[in-house]
Order: sequence, then structure tokens, then C-alpha cells
Amino acid sequence: MMSVSNARTQPRGVAIRALLASGLAVGIAGCSASPDTNNRTSAAEHAGPGGGFKLVDTKGQTVTDQTLKGKPYAIFFGFTRCPDVCPTTMARMALLHKKLGTQAGKMNVVFVSVDPEHDKREDIASFLSMFDAPVIGLTGDPAELKRMEKSFKIYVERVPLPNGDYTIDHTARILLFDRDGQFADTMDAKEPEDQAVRRLSRLINA
Amino acid sequence: MTPRIALALIAALASPLSAQIARKGSITAADPWSRATSPRANIGAGYVTVRNTSTQPDQLVSATSPRAAKVEIHTMSLDDSIMRMRPLPNGLEIPAGGEASLAPGGNHIMLIGLKSPLKAGERIPATLRFARAGDVRIAFKVVGAGSTVAGVRQGGRQ
Repeated sequence: MMSVSNARTQPRGVAIRALLASGLAVGIAGCSASPDTNNRTSAAEHAGPGGGFKLVDTKGQTVTDQTLKGKPYAIFFGFTRCPDVCPTTMARMALLHKKLGTQAGKMNVVFVSVDPEHDKREDIASFLSMFDAPVIGLTGDPAELKRMEKSFKIYVERVPLPNGDYTIDHTARILLFDRDGQFADTMDAKEPEDQAVRRLSRLINA
Repeated sequence: MTPRIALALIAALASPLSAQIARKGSITAADPWSRATSPRANIGAGYVTVRNTSTQPDQLVSATSPRAAKVEIHTMSLDDSIMRMRPLPNGLEIPAGGEASLAPGGNHIMLIGLKSPLKAGERIPATLRFARAGDVRIAFKVVGAGSTVAGVRQGGRQ
């Protein structure tokens, strides 16, 4: 049924592949490489995604990895014209954030546009305004975005479409970072909400 | 009106999930919905469940909507967590006696070149063209962009 013929795959581990094999047909957004079993210590030891970056938010303020330190954050890379997985993921993220209740302010949700060609600050602000959660929307210099995508292990490829437009293949996984900016875990879109909220809560209170 | 039809009508009115079913020949298109789009977006996605009661497979070959410059049928796949979206140039097969679900995370209708953003509460008319059954007219019910899939299934509120 899924007849996508793009041979460019970048194997990233047996765990992910097994998970995908079981959930491909109904997959929504971002799949977790490591549910609670892979703790953050082992993730950090294996030099997980993350690193320095310098981008701007939708108001034009500079945001760096240092700016985000002090609060854990969930980060998602997408583009505003992505009609399906991006709004689905952001809707879920907003819901989880809301369910954190009084703790919600103790973490940040970050959206990074992987489409600097189209997404200007206003587009990102407009996109994020649809979700009921405060989200830090980031864009920046295309070269800087490329560097960040690489260090955060986010696959991004611009794909021309027959209609003359283009789409962007991209990793649709939410990454979680702790208050020190260290990679903690990934979020699985199919994880039950309450369980996901508990996981975010643990990250906040770690 | 026979009692059977009356009962069916009552059942249809009572259940929010069967609020909208379009039928043509062996094809039914149930619960078409779409997400609200941001004020600056010019594309949107539409979802619908298509059932085929025939003993022959049918093919959703194309679609149109007065609201969009162009409508395409797309598929989305996740491989190693990488999202890839592609048009399905030949459309989508609806198996004999089966169904095809156009839903988030999989196949969907792409509304390209929106004449205006999709707003929650609107119904966006569209025509699905099937190789055998012909044209089926539907209207995507637009729900809030923040709606979860589960929320939509529970009645499409928000």
C-alpha cells in the first residue's frame, strides 16, 4: 500500500527498524527509538543528538542552545506547509503540554523549520498560532539550520514534486532534552497520553 | 418512507460518527474531515474512509474541490522515523469488499493552492472520482488544527 520509492534510507539502528516494522501502516508522527528502557545515561554516553546552535525565534530574537538551558525541552523539526505529520505532532505536543497542568511552564516546546526557503518568521508564527501551547518557533540561516539538523541527527531532504512544488522528507521524531541541554529521549506518537505526560513530568522533575 | 428507512434515518441522526456518509454505487465515503490551516498556509489535507461493497476493486483516481486550485492523492510513509510524502499518480485502490482509510500518518487528499485558509466549523466541498463508481461528492468537515486524531474520532468537536 505504501508505495514510496525513495531508496535513500539511513539505517539508524535495529530498535527503530523493529518498531517501524510493527507500526508503519498506522504510524502517525515520530517514533521512539528508545522507550523507557534506554535511560538517559546510556543515551548521553553514546553521543546522542544535540549540540550548539544559533537561530532566531518568530519575533526575531536570537535563541541558542544556551538560551534554552535551565528548562527541559521537547523539540520537533518540520515545516509549515507539511499538511499531515507536522500539525498532527504539534497538536499532540500541545495536548501533552496542557496535560502537564501547573508543570507546563517548567518545560519548553520548540519547533524548528526545516524549510528556510519558504518558512519566514511570520509563516512559523502563523503555523504555531493554531496550537494551544506556547511554542518557540525557530528559523535561521540555511547553513546554520543544516549544521543543527546534522548535529541533532535530523534527516532533511528537499524533494521536487511533479506539480512543480516540493516537499521535504524529514525525521518526524520529537526529541527530549534535559535542563542541561543533554539529550534525554525521543517521544513515540503512539505512546498512551498519560504515560507520555508522566515521562515529561519525570524530565521536569529530574 | 418504509419503517426500515425511518429507523436508518433515526440511527444516522443519533450518531455523530455517521453524520456524513456519501454513497454512489458500491462506494461509500464516510466522515470526511480536514484540519484548519494557518492563515498563511496554502495547502491542506483531507481525510475520509472509503468502502467498496462491490466484488470488483475500484480506484480513487482523482479529486477536485472548488476551494483548491488542485487536488492530489498523496501517501505518507515513515521509515526509520523519516516522513516521506509522495503523490499517488495512479490514485488509490479500494479493494473489493474492503476499504481504504485516508487518515493522518498515511494516505490523504492534498488540497493545493487553497483560495482561503480552512477554518474550523467549515465544510469544504470536494468530488472524489472513482474509476468504476464515478463521482462521489463529499464535504470535508474542518476541525481545529489542534484536534487530536482521537478527538476527531470521538465526534470531531473543537
